[in-house]
Amino acid sequence: MVQAILFLPLLGALIAGLLGTNLLKNLGSDAEAYADHHASGDHHVHNDHHGHYDGPLWPMYLTTGLLCLGAIMSWVIFWGFLHEGHDTRIELLRWISSGSLNASWAIRLDALTAVMLVVVNTVSAVVHVYSLGYMSHDEHQPRFFAYLSLFTFAMLMLVTSDNLVQMFFGWEGVGLASYLLIGFWYTRESANAAAIKAFVVNRVGDFGFALGIFGVFMVYGSVEFQTIFDNAPSAVGKTIHFLGHDWDTLTTLCLLLFMGAMGKSAQFLLHTWLPDAMEGPTPVSALIHAATMVTAGVFLVARMSPLFELASAARDVVVIIGGTTAFFAATVGLVQNDIKRVIAYSTCSQLGYMFVAMGVGAYGAGIFHLVTHAFFKALLFLGAGSVIHAMSGEQDMRKMGALAPHIRLTWAMMLIGNFALTGVGIPGIGGFAGFYSKDAIIEAAYAAGTAPAMYAFGLLVVAAFCTSFYSWRLAFMTFNGKSNVDGETASHIHESSNLMLVPLYVLAFGAVFAGWYFEQYFIGHDEALFWGKALYRAPENEILHHMHEVPTLVKWSAFIAMISGLALAVLFYIKDTSIPKRLAAMHQPIYQFLLNKWYFDELYDFLFVRSAMWLGRFLWKTGDGQIIDGFGPDGVAASVAGVTVQVNRLQTGYVYHYAFAMLIGVAAIISWFSFGGAH
Amino acid sequence: MIGLTHYLTVAAIIFTIGIFGIFLNRKNVILIMMSIELMLLAVNINLVAFSSALHDLVGQVFALLILTVAAGEAAIGLAILVTYFRNRGSIAVEDINLMKG
Repeated sequence: MVQAILFLPLLGALIAGLLGTNLLKNLGSDAEAYADHHASGDHHVHNDHHGHYDGPLWPMYLTTGLLCLGAIMSWVIFWGFLHEGHDTRIELLRWISSGSLNASWAIRLDALTAVMLVVVNTVSAVVHVYSLGYMSHDEHQPRFFAYLSLFTFAMLMLVTSDNLVQMFFGWEGVGLASYLLIGFWYTRESANAAAIKAFVVNRVGDFGFALGIFGVFMVYGSVEFQTIFDNAPSAVGKTIHFLGHDWDTLTTLCLLLFMGAMGKSAQFLLHTWLPDAMEGPTPVSALIHAATMVTAGVFLVARMSPLFELASAARDVVVIIGGTTAFFAATVGLVQNDIKRVIAYSTCSQLGYMFVAMGVGAYGAGIFHLVTHAFFKALLFLGAGSVIHAMSGEQDMRKMGALAPHIRLTWAMMLIGNFALTGVGIPGIGGFAGFYSKDAIIEAAYAAGTAPAMYAFGLLVVAAFCTSFYSWRLAFMTFNGKSNVDGETASHIHESSNLMLVPLYVLAFGAVFAGWYFEQYFIGHDEALFWGKALYRAPENEILHHMHEVPTLVKWSAFIAMISGLALAVLFYIKDTSIPKRLAAMHQPIYQFLLNKWYFDELYDFLFVRSAMWLGRFLWKTGDGQIIDGFGPDGVAASVAGVTVQVNRLQTGYVYHYAFAMLIGVAAIISWFSFGGAH
Repeated sequence: MIGLTHYLTVAAIIFTIGIFGIFLNRKNVILIMMSIELMLLAVNINLVAFSSALHDLVGQVFALLILTVAAGEAAIGLAILVTYFRNRGSIAVEDINLMKG
């Protein structure tokens, strides 16, 4: 059954991608068909919703059907883990066997994998269905669905991997799919740029991840998870020689692996690609850049928990980066005006929460938040997609407003998403999904008690306040207040079709009940039984017990932050809408700082892009042009040409010149024989 | 008394005039041929002078041979010139530069 879950999406992707599109047809024919294809693509440069599709529908329904099948099967497996699950390992084939490096293609099925299977397949299936409606006018639908299914396959490879190499395969696979989907509307320059940016920034993280894999293999002599975990304690206290210095082995390995996680999960310093990734179609943002791919980093840390448990210094770094990301992204989210970008920064911020949980050792809480977040963030993204759909492609919130009466169902779904994201609920009684998971993380950060954890705790509470504020700001600017919609668009505002609404209902159901239902399994009293050996906690790691015993004020801190954020948003965007403008004018430097995302893009542009361009230009113009070409091929050729010109000038073609030359020669030879060499 | 030296001097002067005639001449090819004749005659003077001074007749026989060759050369050269003039319409030295690369 697991094999079926794993390979159905691949099957769908191959069939839809090869047979459903014009790919094979164009392979056989000539450039003319290709040119046609492109010309027609150019006609619809901004065909977000106004294109026209008249190809066959079966590729879309096939991939969607297969995905739904996979989602149902993964729920069955997950259900098994909720009640008496047992870990299994299914070897599909031996992949690499070279020297002491052995890597099989195997499925590691434990509670963690089961959870990820459910998350990935559910969100993916829902997004497939949603895309049937959302992309129904796009002329490249089969390609889109093939990419979506390909992504799902790669993500499933990642979460079911049995060794680091296989995981790296999935890791790069999702990176590729992300690249393809961000650049799906390839006639837009900005989409291509965003796709390349996502790919390049991820390379930085993958560089660390690859080094980490090499390091793990060097230290443990294996890339299989089981072998690594069994031998993990043997590396404690040892050092590793790296960059001319001796470092603590486990800290180094964990930090290198975490670097990969930072790239994929858009953590502070490597986050710049995520907001730009919003250039992709909205369902893609929901699936890849909210629910699944960006959580791969969190999954990696959870999977490698036996190593991270032994490297407390590395975990401190994780906590600090996570806390900083949560705070940073939340502050930037406060002032963004693009509806998708707000949610993108929100995603970035929530990923920071998850990493804090990982860093303080509350792996269960982190994964719990991953699951609930997948539901409500996908819900928010798809809701935003529905809004954008209604607005004929407009994404700027300043041009929306008062949409609630026109699209009531979408509005209701977005409200549920907001309730879940901001963590509405009463401590001790219950609430929406985010309430359980986010509060658990905040409590865990406090319970850990170390200096980095307290730093993160402070930032997380502030971030919770910001989260609440920007979420409600988004809702109020879009659905309430007075309408800023221009007349042309206003006449087209319409509620989305059922194909797009049903996925919202499914996700909304998850956003409401996932926290309440799963709490006992993920972090409650059944947690040890549920996770089994999937998540390792050192015997002295008692964080899950401590986090239930934090002071009342800490328990209520997230609630207070949430309520005050909501109150402030009501004040700013419902009561007196002139406050934000005045505030921005009063604190222009801070406003600009936040609006420009802490100037990270500019900083990176200055530090890396500009210097790389300069270096490239230098090597090109001076290095290659002047030195290599100047002294090399071109130089030799030029000097030969120069000599030839001179020689050429000797050859006048006049008989008397030749005669003169002969005479001089004869005179010289005779003189030489007479006076010089004759003796 | 006119001795061998005088003959040789005259021959050398004529030979030099012939050489300079070849490569200082900018006019036409006939002058070049005339200069060649001059050089050949200078050589003949040398041969005859040495023949008489050394009492060896071979030199005079050789001078006759050279005269014959010079006559043939002049005939062929003029023939070439005539054909050349027909083809190119000019026998000015400046115009004859087909050997230029």
